[in-house]
Amino acid sequence: MPQMTMVQALNLALDQSMESDDRVCLMGEDIGVNGGVFRVTQNLLKKYGENRVMDTPLAECSIIGTAVGMAMYGLKPVPEIQFSGFTMQAFDQIEQNMARMRNRSRGRYPISMVMRAPYGGGIRAVEHHSESREAYWAHTPGLKCVIPSGPRNARALLKAAIDDPDPVVFYEPKAVYRAFKEDVPDEPESMEIGKAKVAREGNDLTMIAWGAMMRPAAEAADDLADLHGIDVELIDLLSIKPMDTETIVNSVSKTGRCLIVQEAPQTCSVASEIIARLNEKAFEYLIAPIKRVSGYDIIFPYYQTEQHYLPDPDTVIEAAKDVMAWE
Amino acid sequence: MPTKTASKRSSGTKQSAQRRVTEVVAPENERPMRKTIDLGDIEDLQILNEEGEVDEALDPNLSEDELKKIHRAMVMTRKFDIRMLAMQRQGEMGTFAPGLGQEATQIGQVYPLNAKDWFSPSYRSFGAQLWRGWTLDGLMLLWAGYYEGFEIPEGINDTPFSIVIGSHVLPATGLGMAAKIRGDKSVVVTNFGDGASSQGAVAEAFNFASVYKAPVIFVLENNGWAISIPAEKQAAVREFARRGAGFGIPSIRVDGNDILGMIVASQQAADHGRAGKGPYLVEAVTYRMSVHTTADDPKVYRKEDEVKAWEAKCPIRRFEIYLRNKGILDDADFERIGKECEAEILEAREKFRARAKAKPREVFDYLYTEMPPELKEQQEEYFRKLDRKGVE
Ligand SMILES: Cc1ncc(C[n+]2csc(CCOP(=O)(O)OP(=O)(O)O)c2C)c(N)n1
Repeated sequence: MPQMTMVQALNLALDQSMESDDRVCLMGEDIGVNGGVFRVTQNLLKKYGENRVMDTPLAECSIIGTAVGMAMYGLKPVPEIQFSGFTMQAFDQIEQNMARMRNRSRGRYPISMVMRAPYGGGIRAVEHHSESREAYWAHTPGLKCVIPSGPRNARALLKAAIDDPDPVVFYEPKAVYRAFKEDVPDEPESMEIGKAKVAREGNDLTMIAWGAMMRPAAEAADDLADLHGIDVELIDLLSIKPMDTETIVNSVSKTGRCLIVQEAPQTCSVASEIIARLNEKAFEYLIAPIKRVSGYDIIFPYYQTEQHYLPDPDTVIEAAKDVMAWE
Repeated sequence: MPTKTASKRSSGTKQSAQRRVTEVVAPENERPMRKTIDLGDIEDLQILNEEGEVDEALDPNLSEDELKKIHRAMVMTRKFDIRMLAMQRQGEMGTFAPGLGQEATQIGQVYPLNAKDWFSPSYRSFGAQLWRGWTLDGLMLLWAGYYEGFEIPEGINDTPFSIVIGSHVLPATGLGMAAKIRGDKSVVVTNFGDGASSQGAVAEAFNFASVYKAPVIFVLENNGWAISIPAEKQAAVREFARRGAGFGIPSIRVDGNDILGMIVASQQAADHGRAGKGPYLVEAVTYRMSVHTTADDPKVYRKEDEVKAWEAKCPIRRFEIYLRNKGILDDADFERIGKECEAEILEAREKFRARAKAKPREVFDYLYTEMPPELKEQQEEYFRKLDRKGVE
């Protein structure tokens, strides 16, 4: 199996989906000739031509709005928004049309499209390039939202998103884009949207993370085992909406303790939702209050200070010890 | 209705006092009974050509002192640009957006402004910002990721530059509307790129400004490229100045590498606004000589020949020919001024280095006038995290 970065794995998924289904087409700013500012769409223009790989004018609202129209016509558009911060320009079309068209047409026009966008901090980017706003998409009825954490699941999840009959927001953790390589099989590989993955089994504490936060969480889990004798069960959420409540509840029913690690601001966040679900479905098993290590309710800091904003393994370890302190 | 462009650009000599216009005319009509709508003429202005020849009838005849000041500002802009790129490559600077070749566009657009006027730029605007009074070391701090760089210099009404393409143009329009409501004579200059012109928000700003006759000068910097997308793929018309017509905004297309043309066009736009006549659109035709930002590699998408061809149109070179011909400055002066600017920048770099201290405890500041208690709680938790890590 070839070793790939997440960028290469995403490129492979796009390539294979385009190869096998000529309704799949890409659109976005600088995705054609330039191959995308992160090179996720590299070489695809050459291979599939201008009708299927569209370098668009600079207008996110137009990109998503016209993609919805193309999906209504029966194509499978996979628009890229260059940075997730600029999905805000498209909010109108996402909320009013992408998420609702199926419902408003009483099922006549399902919107099978995937909005890809790199999100999150940690790459010393300028302002507006580091936000994590997955809670917006989870909050919008009609959308699905998935977030991979590594090359292999990125490839499988993107295929699943493209094959899905409904609109999916595909958030790419750009801090992971080139951070490490993984074996990615040549054969197309998919996975079920709505399923979390137990990344590490354990009995003492359930830790839940997704996207770029899986790395500090995994590192903390290792250290907690090695240095503090705490046996963490780490869950990679993968799908923000629908969310795999069952896997989470099963794990917390076993451990009785839970810590959530997220990069996004805390208020009304995905972590808030996880806590609510556990409260509803696993309350009787809880030994300790559920804790979150979260981004703060502030504008993402300018990059000289971003490392202090982002959850890191030390902070996760401290929080885990707090949760374990409850008898 | 299809339109045809007939450019009356006369070739060669600069004797003609005729300002050229891009006519927006209807095609020959096979059915003469059909009426056409007159969209008006769009002026296409160049005063100082690539060879440094001036159209004397159009020369604004600025004073020697003014010309020297403008020249120095253009040289400073270029030197700063080169230094910032070097600092970025040496690891001392964050992602930076150079403005090489756009110096005349930059200085010309803010030339008619006074301190009480407003300037709301996009990110590739350090030349104009320096002219307005932003400091060299402040801009270095800003691009290096330090909050202090955002501090707006006392005495001027500028906004932070915008990184989100086109999003500042509506607030800029609101500034103009407010100035009008308050009966002030201030005008607003806001700039954005050919790429930004595709944003719906920009079109909406044109409409509001026009409906409310707000004194807003829209400076559309057509530098040929929006990252990898050439202007030809950005819009189906070649002259972005045409955009104004549909909104009822008087518009002018100007050679953005001609500082005299830029000044005359901007002045005329500012006069229009001050006279209560509403907005103006200035399309400055220039070229992005350098990378889009330091994170970009233009070799992937554009040919070196194209860049070479624009080298001959350098705004500073042609202005220096003009100044030399007028006997205002000579080659020795140019060399001296270059060195003086360079020295000033190096001095600023020292100041920047002394000030370049990350202040992680500031990240909660300036969010609310009064911090809500729940946020205060988060801040305290964050401070404990910093304490634990031994971070000041
Ligand atoms: C809303 C938004 N979309 C995308 C981007 C990413 N981006 C940054 S600069 C740029 C191109 C801008 O081109 P143009 O407006 O012509 O200005 P120029 O950079 O050429 O000065 C793009 C796509 C952004 N910053 N904001």
